[in-house]
Amino acid sequence: MSPILQGILTIIIGVGGCVGYFYLSNIVLDRFIFPPRKDDQGRNIARATAVRPWLFLMPAILALGLYLVYPVLGSFLRSLYNRSGNEFIGLGNYVQMFSEHGFRVALFNNFLWVLFVPAASTFFGLLVAQLTDRLRWGSIAKSLIFMPMAISFVGASLIWKFVYAVDPNIGIINAVRDYFGLAAIDPLQIPFWNNFFVMIIMVWMQTGFAMVILSAALRGIPEETIEAAIIDGANPFQIFFRIKIPQIAGTIAVVWTTITFLTLKVFDIVYTMTGGNFDTEILPSYMMSYMFRDDGRATAVAFVIMLIVTPVMIYNIRQARKEL
Amino acid sequence: MDNIAGHKSSLSLVTNLAVLFLVVVWLIPTVGLLVSSFRDREQISETGWWAAMFPVESAVRTRPEPEGVRQDGDYYVLEGNVFEAGSGSVSGFGLTGRDPGAADVGETFAWYEVEVTEEDGELDDKRIEIAYPADGEPEFPEATEDGLPITPGSAVLQRSLTVAENGDFAYINDGEISRAPSLYVVTKQPPDFGWQNYRQILTSDGMDRAFINTLTVTVPATVIPILIAAFAAYALAWMDFPGRGWLVAAVVGLLVVPLQLALVPMLTLHNKIGIGQSFLGIWLAHTGFGLPLAVYLLRNYMMGLPRDIIESAKVDGATDFQVFTKIVLPLSFPALASFAIFQFLWTWNDLLVAKVFLPSNSESWVMTVKIADDLLGSRGGDWGILAAAAFVSIAVPLVVFFAMQKYLVRGLLAGSVK
Repeated sequence: MSPILQGILTIIIGVGGCVGYFYLSNIVLDRFIFPPRKDDQGRNIARATAVRPWLFLMPAILALGLYLVYPVLGSFLRSLYNRSGNEFIGLGNYVQMFSEHGFRVALFNNFLWVLFVPAASTFFGLLVAQLTDRLRWGSIAKSLIFMPMAISFVGASLIWKFVYAVDPNIGIINAVRDYFGLAAIDPLQIPFWNNFFVMIIMVWMQTGFAMVILSAALRGIPEETIEAAIIDGANPFQIFFRIKIPQIAGTIAVVWTTITFLTLKVFDIVYTMTGGNFDTEILPSYMMSYMFRDDGRATAVAFVIMLIVTPVMIYNIRQARKEL
Repeated sequence: MDNIAGHKSSLSLVTNLAVLFLVVVWLIPTVGLLVSSFRDREQISETGWWAAMFPVESAVRTRPEPEGVRQDGDYYVLEGNVFEAGSGSVSGFGLTGRDPGAADVGETFAWYEVEVTEEDGELDDKRIEIAYPADGEPEFPEATEDGLPITPGSAVLQRSLTVAENGDFAYINDGEISRAPSLYVVTKQPPDFGWQNYRQILTSDGMDRAFINTLTVTVPATVIPILIAAFAAYALAWMDFPGRGWLVAAVVGLLVVPLQLALVPMLTLHNKIGIGQSFLGIWLAHTGFGLPLAVYLLRNYMMGLPRDIIESAKVDGATDFQVFTKIVLPLSFPALASFAIFQFLWTWNDLLVAKVFLPSNSESWVMTVKIADDLLGSRGGDWGILAAAAFVSIAVPLVVFFAMQKYLVRGLLAGSVK
């Protein structure tokens, strides 16, 4: 069967199944299990009301439990076994991993990514948000800077591979160097700095996100505070740094952490740009290099990533509990 | 206030320029690849995309068939046109690949054998190359490039080539012309834009198949989680039951669980229950991975719906199911659209989940896998093809992005600003 047909069929079955489930389960609940008949009408309506939320929630709970909760446990257990999964080796995978150069490089590079990408994206996002705030063509400018967000990491990597190409007739960086009489370089092979050339792609893509959120936050600042500052003789820079920034600090933090999480998950860019060569490996791409080869090691790396995000996860849950 | 007003106007110019600069920097990479995707492959390697609007000079070797050779005294003459396709513009030509543009059009380029006097006084034969106006006579130098004196009047023509701008050439050789001679011409080709790269990847390189696969993955993986999430979000927003708070907190927590954790256990499970690596597997996986954001976004939005509408409907005897389908769902359209765009972009652009949950044979490659695992390796230097492939894969997301930007922005704001 061709995949298109299969896809159409899946949509029909999937959507029909979902709608059918919700519709029929409600009918079954109201008419057959707890029918509101004369003698126990009130009690049965109350019972049905108590059960109904779980009907609505069931598919979501099943899917979430299976695809996100179970794997946390499943991955951890798997990481305690050896490559073929038949021998329990405790923390052997972790011990082995931390003693290897490749893993330490990936960990260090990931550290660089987490420092640089959110900082640079938030900085540029804030810069553009502020600069375009009162600009007549601001929305066009923002939309163009936001555009890379729609592009896949693979597509973006290809776009930047073209920029970094060594041939001065192809790569614009080497074309500029060539114009000034400098020798061609391969940005992806310069030790240490190649990491930053790869990170630039992520910054290029995430700046738009930071910009959109921060731009809305800047718009939300009460006019009076700015007017008061102007009357007091503050210059534009003072207004920006002393009045605006403190009022959107919370939003900056949210943007920063969101990009940080994304940075911890993205393997596509490194995979496409360098394949992890030239010491550019990061944890997600390091994990993928073990996927299909050594499940024990792969799950151990995944669990290390999980451990890194856990503190923020706990913080998020606490915040959510507080709001309820 | 005056100085502030003054500041503003000078600052506004700086602001405009700074934004313009940033926009240009942000666009250059994409524009470069877009322009290249329409260029001829030969031209891409000759000049940068920034020079794409100018004619490209490139040296080509032609080997005209030795047909219609006529004898002229001791020499053999071959005449014809260097352009097989018929038209073009020659700017230079030569007889060796080392110097393919040795002579300009309107000149004759010739090899002569001359007699030279070596440093030790011996006489020797040497070949010299000269270019001279086609309607004139060659002027022989007094010495070779090495500084050896040439005996006047000793020059004997070996071969010569004359090429006109339109490509007509005359090739003269001192021996019989039995094999095709190698002639070099530098041609000025007009900028060559077209759909040829796109045509190639979509017909012979299998990108069409990958496109369909991507579409097949994306649509169910976008539609199904919305449905499931909408019901769950309604329950979490408007129904009262014990444990609701904990469920909401769990959803918030699951938002940040790294996808990587699920890969090994879920693939193992899929294999165990017989789904294996398949489209069904990836639909289920995308549904699971997309749900936390979907539930979170939709619940936040539904919480903001006016309470009186929902309560008065309930007072009028509407069941929760009716309230949901008749009131909440239509009112939540903006949030549904926001999430649909997110999930669509995410699944369309995904590489990781596709690599793990889809079979690794080429019939099941989605576009990202096709580009990253196949084209970048096998067509590494062929930028025209790579660029076209990239744009085939990002065209749909870009259209969706620009058409539905309003909803995307709204969704982003709902998702991260509290």
